[in-house]
Amino acid sequence: MNLTVIRLTMRGLLGRRRAVLLLILPVVLLGLAGLTRWASGGTPDASATLAGQFAMGTLLPLMCLLISTGVIGAEIDDGSIVYLLAKPIPRRTIVLSKLAVALGAAVVFAVLPTIIAVEIAGDEGGRLGLAFGVSTALAAVAYTALFVALSVATRNAVILGLLYALLWETVLGGYVPGIRAVSVRQWALSVGERTLGDHAAAWGVSAEVGVATGVVMLVVTTAAAAFLAVRKLQTLRLVSVD
Amino acid sequence: MSTLELQGVSRWYGDVVAVNDVTMSIGPGVTGLLGPNGAGKSTLISMMGGFLSPSSGTVTLDGVPTWRNPDVYKVIGLVPEAEAMYDMVTGWEFVVANARLHRLHDPEAAARTALEQVDMMDAKDREISGYSKGMKQRVKMATALVHDPAVLLLDEPFNGMDPRQRIHLMDLLTHLGTSGRTVLFSSHILEEVEEIAGTIEVVVAGRHAASGDFRRIRRLMTERPHQYTIDSSDNRLLASAIIADGSADTVDLTKATLSVQASDFGRFVHALPKLARDNDVRLFEITPADESLESVFAYLVAR
Repeated sequence: MNLTVIRLTMRGLLGRRRAVLLLILPVVLLGLAGLTRWASGGTPDASATLAGQFAMGTLLPLMCLLISTGVIGAEIDDGSIVYLLAKPIPRRTIVLSKLAVALGAAVVFAVLPTIIAVEIAGDEGGRLGLAFGVSTALAAVAYTALFVALSVATRNAVILGLLYALLWETVLGGYVPGIRAVSVRQWALSVGERTLGDHAAAWGVSAEVGVATGVVMLVVTTAAAAFLAVRKLQTLRLVSVD
Repeated sequence: MSTLELQGVSRWYGDVVAVNDVTMSIGPGVTGLLGPNGAGKSTLISMMGGFLSPSSGTVTLDGVPTWRNPDVYKVIGLVPEAEAMYDMVTGWEFVVANARLHRLHDPEAAARTALEQVDMMDAKDREISGYSKGMKQRVKMATALVHDPAVLLLDEPFNGMDPRQRIHLMDLLTHLGTSGRTVLFSSHILEEVEEIAGTIEVVVAGRHAASGDFRRIRRLMTERPHQYTIDSSDNRLLASAIIADGSADTVDLTKATLSVQASDFGRFVHALPKLARDNDVRLFEITPADESLESVFAYLVAR
């Protein structure tokens, strides 16, 4: 990793006006958490539904998409990535630095808000907060790697990422049972389910896959995506129309 | 001292050929890459800078391919045409960051030297988003100079510069060239190129059309057949006088005006007023019909 790349990336992500977008969804989540507590009296199962459906199913993939396209897609679009590429640094270092910033931002703007939302909406001894903290953090690793790779591979990363997050993970998963097993969300949730132990069934936290499958799939997906991102950056075409 | 070699380089995008079998060698000194818009200059510079793979042929810097080889950036400094930079940092922070990315020993001293070279020390603490086009161009230049590269590639560096900035950059490039660096810049303006470039490479429609010093290029451009449209008090009389004099190749009277093509430019422009006076013909209008740069380039290609 390279500290200068990390610093420039952070300035690029947080210094632009679109950084405000990063606050909207977490604020909505916290608002919903307050409403959930008010409506259900702070029971862990209502809290688990909020965290599992809205936080993990909608907020997390969207935030990771927003962040990942922000750390590298914007630079590729406007061409300013050339200042990083025209340097004697391995492409791997650039991608890993960008991923580190993306993950850090995902923790701040998605994982922490999820934990706080769970604590507001209802928890028992911090168990649910821990379970969803671990699950969202693991999912964030895979999502940021996937979406960073997508941003390097195509200029349509936002659209494709949205289709994945909204259609694949949310809508199709509801109708086609097979698809639900091929999902970052379910893989990450399997770890949360294990963390909760006996409480998982009672609070309605259940993943489609076992914890071993989930962890292996997360590791494989993340590594493959990071590898693809490096490969694509090595052969990124940079030419202005003359 | 470094040399860029292009050997039979072509680049196509799908069915469109942007660069067609170009072979050239760019050594120390200032070289101008001259050609009309869309000639493939940016594609060539992208391939030289290692940002695009040649579809066929090789691009090497001192014998090493530039494609997929980030180590060439220890030697190459690149000034891209695109204006986008990291807008939210100051010019100083950006140039220092570039120096750090090159892992220089003293990034701040290097940034200072580079910013002094482009005369940007006064405005260095303002955010890049607030810079004028010319200032951005100079900061881009500073990022390329920060590691004191042996090879400098500039894509349309004079775009958006006012005359004072233009002269400053011309002096800087001339200085870099005479100190043994390999400087290549692209432009579509002949005057710009011939002012500072020791060698000129002309590209037209993806082809390498001509190569040489500015005198040779200038001669190629002025010695081609020149077309004029002339309107006078008696076109027919003037046409017969021009034909009798033999200073023009073809004379065309089919339109309302007189069209003349002369291959000896110097002789024709001196003969015309004399012929008009001797035959008592009054000249109303003389228009060079094809003085646009594109037609000059087209001539060079067809040659």
